Amino acid sequence: MIRVSVQPAPIELGVEVAALEERGAGGVATFTGVVRGDDGVTELMLEHYPGMTEAALVGIAEAALARWDLMGVTIVHRVGPMVPGDRIVFVGTAASHRREALESCAYLIDRLKTDAPFWKREKLGSESRWVDARGSDADAAGRWE
Amino acid sequence: MAIAVLYFAWVRESVGCGEESVDPPESVRTVSDLIVWLRERSDGHAQALEDMGRLRAAIDQNFVPLDAELGAAREVAIFPPVTGG
Repeated sequence: MIRVSVQPAPIELGVEVAALEERGAGGVATFTGVVRGDDGVTELMLEHYPGMTEAALVGIAEAALARWDLMGVTIVHRVGPMVPGDRIVFVGTAASHRREALESCAYLIDRLKTDAPFWKREKLGSESRWVDARGSDADAAGRWE
Repeated sequence: MAIAVLYFAWVRESVGCGEESVDPPESVRTVSDLIVWLRERSDGHAQALEDMGRLRAAIDQNFVPLDAELGAAREVAIFPPVTGG
């Protein structure tokens, strides 16, 4: 029912979507986050808090299950070094109807942005910088309260 | 009692390590008390922990506000606002 993975390996989109479809639901909704290449970013490094990260993602998935009638919830987040165009995050939900699937999918990615311990560091050629949190992410997560 | 303190992202870089064991005095009751007390350990700590407004925390792997009581905490993590997804 819940699949959570924090992994250095690339995210296999087809495998993840197929696993949700196999839940036998009428609808599957997914969101894929891709590393941006704007501003001259050449590499993105993802740091996380091992142990807490997985628990936080399971907590977010359980909250979605309590709120909507879902047959499957998947959250996969990549960690370590990535390059523009790589998939960084995948969230997907399976439900009997589109509304539950789409709303819960939006909920998962909004809450993941503010409630899971990940930190991004961008490399621009030889320079690197930690990415600042955005207030708009807190606003997006807040709309579900 | 000894507490494991973990640091992440630029806090970790500035402090100079990802984890250390500390034994604060009883007067250190909250996360913010601990942050103030940790500043004395090195210039790197002082720099990383200077601005409380840029810091977030977790006790035993649960997010907490900085005024949370440490209680029987075994692990306290100090880090910048999260930027995943």
